[in-house]
Amino acid sequence: MSIAWYLAVSAIVFSLGALGVMTRRNPLVVLLCLELMLNGGNLALIAFSRMWGNGDGQILALIVMTVAACEVCIGLGMIVAIYRRHLPIDVDELRELQG
Amino acid sequence: MSTVLFFIAAIGVITGAVGVVVLRNPFYSVLALVAHLVSLAVLFLLLRAEFVAAVQVVVYAGAVMVLYVFVVAYVGGEAGESIGDRLHGVGSRSPAGPVGSGLRLGGAILGGAVLVELLIALLGTGLEAVNGYGAGYTPGPQAYGTPAYIGKLLLTRFLVAFEIASFLLVIAAVGGVVLARRRGGLEEDEDERGLLAPLAAPRPQGTGTMAEGVGQAARDAGVVNGHEAFAARRESVGPRA
Repeated sequence: MSIAWYLAVSAIVFSLGALGVMTRRNPLVVLLCLELMLNGGNLALIAFSRMWGNGDGQILALIVMTVAACEVCIGLGMIVAIYRRHLPIDVDELRELQG
Repeated sequence: MSTVLFFIAAIGVITGAVGVVVLRNPFYSVLALVAHLVSLAVLFLLLRAEFVAAVQVVVYAGAVMVLYVFVVAYVGGEAGESIGDRLHGVGSRSPAGPVGSGLRLGGAILGGAVLVELLIALLGTGLEAVNGYGAGYTPGPQAYGTPAYIGKLLLTRFLVAFEIASFLLVIAAVGGVVLARRRGGLEEDEDERGLLAPLAAPRPQGTGTMAEGVGQAARDAGVVNGHEAFAARRESVGPRA
């Protein structure tokens, strides 16, 4: 398959993730949709890396995976902290950043 | 063969992504994301990124998703409403005020706009290589995409990025512990003082102390206080030379 097909798949995955981030309210699912967006970016990076035949895009994809792991760590820590404080687990109701 | 495999994997990728966005139960969303990640690893393999595909399956679909499953189980994945309800504003728990169904519809429209824009940007580009099959590839022990190739790049050209990534991981681990720890000590019912309360009951003065043990020997010697017993013995022996 030509590289363009992979790029189309990555665009679809990225916009599905963006749709989920904008419409879902459970912060857990919002984080999952963020992962989708990162994966769309990763697929495009690796497709372009294949296109040029050098490994820079693959290294960048690995770094993106590291950043995604960090984001998961912090995000899930925040969700657990929100749950401990008996706050609603709903991004629409968590509009204020106090306490 | 690779065309068939591409279409199977691409359908898996897109179905998994749709499942993450649409499914009502966060637990099923996590499972859909695992399916999505495994199919994406197949696409990576087709793009000859062997090491990244392996990392994707082992680290991402393995470790990170286990973390998600733990948190979903801890928080208790209460069934949210599906995206169809969201878009029509049905079954929303909070009053549809400024964040009503209008904004949700706007979200859907924005998502579609992002898709169209990305497709124009990626496929309408002037790069002719996009329509090709990629650069030449010769199999070998250190060929493009193998662990040896990636490791060499990571430890030579991209050493700084590699080290910064490791620092970032340490910072994120510390941050996760700080965010998720209990604040303000223990809860009331599991307070240590509550557990130790029977020991703190009022007791006769002087009991349960070191002086009590010494006092028993002193009473045998006919003296009230341990200090006096010691002083009396010193006097009877006399000052040492």
